Amino acid sequence: MEASFLIDMTKCIGCRGCQVACKQWNQNQADKTRISLKFTNPVKLNANTYTNIDFFESEKAGHVSWNFARNGCFHCKQPSCVSACPVAALIKTKEGPVIYRAERCIGCRYCMLSCPFNIPKFEWEKISPRIQKCTFCHERILDNKIPACAKTCPSGTIHFGDSIENNLKEAKRRLSDNPGKYFNHVYGEKEAGGTSVLLLSALPIDQLGFQKVGDAVIPDLTWEYISGIPAIIGVVLAAGIGSWIITRRNKNMHEEDKTNETGTE
Amino acid sequence: MKPAQNNIKLFTPVTLGLLIVIIAGALVVFKKLTLGTVTTNLQDDFPWGLWIGFNVLGGVAMAAGGFVTASAVYLFNMKKYKPLARPAILTAFIGYLLAASAIFLDLGHPERIWHPAVMWQVHSVMFIVAIHVILYTTVLGLESSPMLLEKLKLGGLKKIIEKGMVGIALFGTLLSVLHQSSLGAVYLIVPDKLHNLWYSRTLPFSFLVSSVMMGLAMVSFVSILSSKFFKRPVNMDLFSGLARGSIIAIAFYLVLKIFLLLNGAGAAAAFAGSMESKMYLLEMLAGVIIPLVLLLLPGVRNSLGGILLVDILVIFGVVINRMNVAIFGMLSHAAELGVKYFPTANEIMVSLFLVASGALLFKLAVKYFNVLSYEEG
Repeated sequence: MEASFLIDMTKCIGCRGCQVACKQWNQNQADKTRISLKFTNPVKLNANTYTNIDFFESEKAGHVSWNFARNGCFHCKQPSCVSACPVAALIKTKEGPVIYRAERCIGCRYCMLSCPFNIPKFEWEKISPRIQKCTFCHERILDNKIPACAKTCPSGTIHFGDSIENNLKEAKRRLSDNPGKYFNHVYGEKEAGGTSVLLLSALPIDQLGFQKVGDAVIPDLTWEYISGIPAIIGVVLAAGIGSWIITRRNKNMHEEDKTNETGTE
Repeated sequence: MKPAQNNIKLFTPVTLGLLIVIIAGALVVFKKLTLGTVTTNLQDDFPWGLWIGFNVLGGVAMAAGGFVTASAVYLFNMKKYKPLARPAILTAFIGYLLAASAIFLDLGHPERIWHPAVMWQVHSVMFIVAIHVILYTTVLGLESSPMLLEKLKLGGLKKIIEKGMVGIALFGTLLSVLHQSSLGAVYLIVPDKLHNLWYSRTLPFSFLVSSVMMGLAMVSFVSILSSKFFKRPVNMDLFSGLARGSIIAIAFYLVLKIFLLLNGAGAAAAFAGSMESKMYLLEMLAGVIIPLVLLLLPGVRNSLGGILLVDILVIFGVVINRMNVAIFGMLSHAAELGVKYFPTANEIMVSLFLVASGALLFKLAVKYFNVLSYEEG
């Protein structure tokens, strides 16, 4: 079965237990707490922070209302980062997680550019930098354990243990059973051709800091070019050889004309 | 024939200026290699900057003169352009060496630059790009080798390479077509990030066509400057021929760009007054529309000064196009993520270092090898 998260952000209580569990399991350094207009900390994902809870304050019926957004890798079914990587440092495992093999990476950062969700982060300060991002706790999954964030989540926000299809069915059921409670969209169902992480939210997804991402399977966009390369090779070789033969014959004819002329003189 | 290159002075004020930039830049290169990417303003939400936009994309486009000339001389048998082949191919060779250096410096792990050669990943455009940089730089080295071999008095080896030149030129043209277009294909992967004034499925084709335009301008530019700096006689016929080629390439590119604009962002987007629309108009006016109008005037087309001006405009315009795709067209997406990008002094110094190195290498090659006065059939 392919690993999948159903993340129902209406259930999130903003405890950030997932953030802490993620840091602990991955032994990632803590970030210095920074004051910002929001309560979010660390303010953004970075090379030491694979997941965070983004805090959004809004007004609902005259009351302050909190909305929480859980950020992290979506583990796309057909990931752009995997297709972008020139040395296969990033791979999509058969279990579902997109994982990184640091010893191959040349640090070109094309994966970062390619990701529609802006997930891969880089260790800019290090002399031997790595790409860093959520691993879906691949080692834990191989060990029949559930990912650290899901294990720790006390409110049932992060659900793990069902297939993508079942999670999608469950997400659709929640949407139809609770009219008005949710923004009527499963983020990740179609984005970038579908992802292993499905999100439900009360607010429109773009108000929670998520990118508007098209439905296109992103690797297909570059594959259209790459798969055309044999045809390009054929056309260029045919045109090059053809023009060489034709123009050479013209030149030879000119030279023959010249020798004929000199011959008659 | 007395070798003309002896007349070229080694130390001139220009050379001195280049040397100062190179020495100062070399210190910054050392700093980047020892401290890493922290010396740049590159960041998580803006991973590629000046080096990729200007030195790699711009540099590779500027090297297009190599394949344009090689295919004209060796595949289309336009032998009258043969005097331009050596400077054009040498320019391309230097251009590729510098673009490869820029990639080397940009990488987080420069010491692993060889990985793509052994760790194939054929679904990656970046892999395609890497393979082409390796192969085409080798081909350009081969194409440039006769001038080194004649200096080393290795006539036999030179003859073998010259015998195979048509094949080498054909392979080089093939690699160039693929490499120029694959650099456009690199950006097919960012449909949600690159501004729609530039994003299109035909990016590979636009890059290829504009590189031909750039190639013609570069050959002409380098040859005119060489004739001025190194006091070489000018064959106006060649430059008029290049200008006629430019008219065709620029006109074709203009039609393509208008078609893409109307079928993409729409004409209104080009005049929206945004930063992107201004950059788009700059690229189109300076690099495409003004040069085309100028070239259609016989007075400009038949004067060396006029052609030089057009060359500069086209080179500037295509470089702006590459920087628009790599940098300016990506800024509004970055702004949504709360990020700005402007290169650090380090990044700018390294860029200048690479440009100055290219100019100095070209000058040294012209002084010590038979680059400009090679006119044998």
